[in-house]
Amino acid sequence: MKKPARVFSEVIKHLFKKPATCGYPFEKAHIYPNFRGRIAFESDKCIGCQMCVRVCPAKAIEIPLSAEQPAAPAPVEGQPPVAAKKKFDCIMKLDHCVYCAQCVEVCPKKALIMTQDFELASVDKKQLRRHYK
Amino acid sequence: MSKITIPLGPQHPALKEPENFMLVLEGEQITGATVNLGYNHRGMEKAAENRTYIQNLYLIERVCGICSHSHTTTYITNVEELAKCETPKRALAIRTLFAELERVHSHLLWLGVAGYEMGFETLFMYTWRDREQVLDCLEMLSGNRVHYSINTIGGVRRDISAEQKAGVIKRIDYLIERTNYYIKLALEEPTVAARTANVGKLPPEVAIERGAVGPTARASGIARDVRKDEPYLIYNELDFKLITHNTNDVFGRLVVRALELVESYKMIKEVLNNLPEGPIAVKVPMRIAPGECVNHYEAPRGEDIHYLKANGTDKPERLKVRAPTLANLQSVAYMMEGGWLADVPLVIAAIDPCMSCTDRAVVWDPKKGRKQVYGWEELRKLSIEQYKRRGVDFTRL
Repeated sequence: MKKPARVFSEVIKHLFKKPATCGYPFEKAHIYPNFRGRIAFESDKCIGCQMCVRVCPAKAIEIPLSAEQPAAPAPVEGQPPVAAKKKFDCIMKLDHCVYCAQCVEVCPKKALIMTQDFELASVDKKQLRRHYK
Repeated sequence: MSKITIPLGPQHPALKEPENFMLVLEGEQITGATVNLGYNHRGMEKAAENRTYIQNLYLIERVCGICSHSHTTTYITNVEELAKCETPKRALAIRTLFAELERVHSHLLWLGVAGYEMGFETLFMYTWRDREQVLDCLEMLSGNRVHYSINTIGGVRRDISAEQKAGVIKRIDYLIERTNYYIKLALEEPTVAARTANVGKLPPEVAIERGAVGPTARASGIARDVRKDEPYLIYNELDFKLITHNTNDVFGRLVVRALELVESYKMIKEVLNNLPEGPIAVKVPMRIAPGECVNHYEAPRGEDIHYLKANGTDKPERLKVRAPTLANLQSVAYMMEGGWLADVPLVIAAIDPCMSCTDRAVVWDPKKGRKQVYGWEELRKLSIEQYKRRGVDFTRL
């Protein structure tokens, strides 16, 4: 059965409804807890196994040795000297990153953390290369 | 009347992605059409050979923005088959859930695009607004709206909580109500029928001959669906109807997609209510044993085929993707012939084309270091020779 202008009553109804869009830049966007945002790094947990570098599909992550290394703990009498724990930095290239969070999943020490940070666009290229110490 | 040939695309307001159609026109009527591919080639298959299996997951996901789950699931089924890995039942159920949510979002998107091409922009606005509901479901479950990254080798990455389940069911209930309204609208609104009936005719015998897949084939009355023909994931346990329509035109494709939405909602609820308990992933070694594997999958647009060859390292030796749009493009050329120039955007949109899925072919000779274009005759000769070497003779055909 053909009914012309079937959609008309629906259109009239929608005139009195609130807009479906959200005013994002002025209103805060709703983020679900599972959201994969910028990756943060905790240097004291990192053991430098480079697993994250190996799984990254976009080659966005580097784990170099830190410029300043902590001193070795003071030797205890009668025991062999303990080597200093190496300290690592993390360089995240935000323009390369595809935000898949595979590195977070693979990290054995949970040194990489997924944050809810997503407003990462910048006109300054240096801002896109984050050096976590 | 003299014939003229005009190019439609690669840059054209009616096309969402770059692709070229050469149309031979006699006045306003199309007497011949050829499809030229290759404007969206990104070298993904070659790139896949230089990445490990786990890195490839995120590359394959980006073959297409709409069917990102379809491509990864097909790829991962191949990898898991080669690795002889037993994927947990719960992971398979979650993959099925995502596959159906993806089908819902793709079909709603298509309904909007079809409305837009018909000049029925009210429909476009409403369906895209409602599509946000299913995108919210996907974002809530996986974290992202488009590239869900839910698959991992050996299972899935995220589990589903009771709270998330309730959220999805609430949104699906709203969508069921809306979709029933759209189905009524499509069947009763005379402008929809006037614009789509008898446009882009594809008789069943031509659809079979040209290898049409998915909703395009089903709208020509061909009951062809991988979910029914060769059930994968947990489709053999689900209760759903195979939707076909026999008008062979754009109207039929619209009805098939709209009714498929209803079936998908049913399946989503069924999967969520009977989610098996257990782990969501198992460990799979980085290196995959040598072997070859082919798998197919019913993507929202039709049958998606992946071929994978492993050589014992942690990187694949060869990956080949046959996206559904490539199978349907031959039918587009037929559908346009005899039609009117003004119908072309609607006919092209009716197969739900995804050119970024399709464009992966390049003929390049590494020894000579140059590109070469093969004609139809040469390609035919090459393929006959190749099959002869395997012991199959096609010379008589």
